[in-house]
Amino acid sequence: MSGPGNHPMLRVQALAKRFGGIVATDDLSLSVAEGELHAVIGPNGAGKTTLIAQLSGQTTPDSGRIYFAGADITTLPMYKRSRLGLARSFQITSLFLDLSVLDNVALAVQAHTGHSFRFWRDARSEPELREPARAALARAGLSARADQPASALSHGEHRQLELAMALAGSPRMLLLDEPMAGLGPEESSAMVAMLRALKREVTILLVEHDMEAVFALADRVTVLVYGRAIASGTPDDIRANAAVREAYLGESEDAHV
Amino acid sequence: MRPALNLRTLVTVVLIAALVLLPLYTGLSGNRFLLTLFTRIVILAMAAVSLNLMLGYGGMMSFGHAAYLGIGGYAVGMLAHEGIDSGFVQWPVALAASALFALVIGALSLRTRGVYFIMITLAFAQMAYYMFAGLARYGGDDGLTIYKRSQFVAPVDLSNKTQFYYICLALLFGVIYLVWRLTNSRFGLVVQGARSNDLRMRAIGFPTYRYRLVCFVIAGTLCGLAGALLANQTDFVSPSIMYWTRSGDLIIMVVLGGMATPFGPLIGAVALLVLEEVLSGITEYWQIILGPLLLLVVLFARGGIDGLLTNLSGKASGQGRS
Repeated sequence: MSGPGNHPMLRVQALAKRFGGIVATDDLSLSVAEGELHAVIGPNGAGKTTLIAQLSGQTTPDSGRIYFAGADITTLPMYKRSRLGLARSFQITSLFLDLSVLDNVALAVQAHTGHSFRFWRDARSEPELREPARAALARAGLSARADQPASALSHGEHRQLELAMALAGSPRMLLLDEPMAGLGPEESSAMVAMLRALKREVTILLVEHDMEAVFALADRVTVLVYGRAIASGTPDDIRANAAVREAYLGESEDAHV
Repeated sequence: MRPALNLRTLVTVVLIAALVLLPLYTGLSGNRFLLTLFTRIVILAMAAVSLNLMLGYGGMMSFGHAAYLGIGGYAVGMLAHEGIDSGFVQWPVALAASALFALVIGALSLRTRGVYFIMITLAFAQMAYYMFAGLARYGGDDGLTIYKRSQFVAPVDLSNKTQFYYICLALLFGVIYLVWRLTNSRFGLVVQGARSNDLRMRAIGFPTYRYRLVCFVIAGTLCGLAGALLANQTDFVSPSIMYWTRSGDLIIMVVLGGMATPFGPLIGAVALLVLEEVLSGITEYWQIILGPLLLLVVLFARGGIDGLLTNLSGKASGQGRS
């Protein structure tokens, strides 16, 4: 499934997850090549967020394997996956609202600079933490807001901060759970521009509802319905795929098919 | 950040100055009772500061923090009873025993959240209470009189009330400074991040459980020190030192003074205990007055007295801080 000449950065093999009688992930296999931006789309309830939760380690799959950069990470806890370079952003904004914007990002940097059993030195004056954090904020266009509490930011800025935090640890791969959710048209296109700038530099698995964004960004697209991949291919393949049109794109008014 | 001269700073400085100068006043006026009262306030403030580390900064709502007062106190009392009255033995034992108890309790209770965490810490503290109440050799329910305070090398003499007060006060300031350093360190930021959003902390790569556990142990250990001081102050230790209402008092001090602030617990301890003293002099039913007062603070001054002072400072200077 991976592109020619590339070994897959992420490989998911026969993944399955049930919640009671509901099948959230159904014998799902997919692979993402290094440097690729792979989008996962699907109607509500298709199991997209559950997939991200299993990839990031928040949820354990019932069966199947997950390989990241060649290593089996199926049973690794969340923090260890993050340390391997698999970073995640959240669909529902998940920040440290009572800390400053810069503190939020600095914590993400700190997570990747050894253990934190350091009890005495003022962490807010450590250049090792603050400089990469400021750089990540600049990249996300949030420099001016660095010293505000995270709770003071707008929704769009929260999404930017989410991304800045995911990037702060210099990950090898990003799992982005609907980064455009709730954004206005302008903020949305700013986010698309930001992701486009990130492409190639970091491998991305993008779960997204915004079809315009997906088709503008993705190298490959996988379509999930009821936890099962019904199609996988280039954006053009997916646009042309009859099963996909029926199952999903037909329902979406602004899909530009 | 440069600390501006505002109401909050002013009140804190005045309070510290008053605490430092108190023995001069009591010495001149001969009011020994006031010195005893404030020695007790300073010791309980230390316990509240330690609770604030886990409750205010760590978001861990322990309802069993008084257990460490008891363990620290009994370490001193039991060793003294066995004829070991050196403070160089008693105090390290008090700290080590508190740390060990906190490690076990924390390791179990930190696997739970919310109400369960509150209940499990309460349950363990009550278990400790009944355990000490069952120690017949050490007075059981009736407690244990300490005939000789912890011995250190001359000129340190805990029997000297003024000296003992200053030792307690110095240790309190030391603990406040320690907690302040901790909360601004890498460790402190991890603990505060876990309070704010534990899932996100794990997602960005922190094994939060072990950091929260270490925070729990540090808080318990510092409270054990307060327990050792309290036993010396009263020359007595009984299970009531660690009854669950005492844990409640400590929570009230932290919330009343201002959670997650360096001086909030001290302000809260002074406010609560002085108020208790004054009101109980007026009426036998002083709790009827104290209760509604606490309610008002919780309802209208979120952030406690410290938060209230910060807000007033902001308004007085014409602009609130963003």
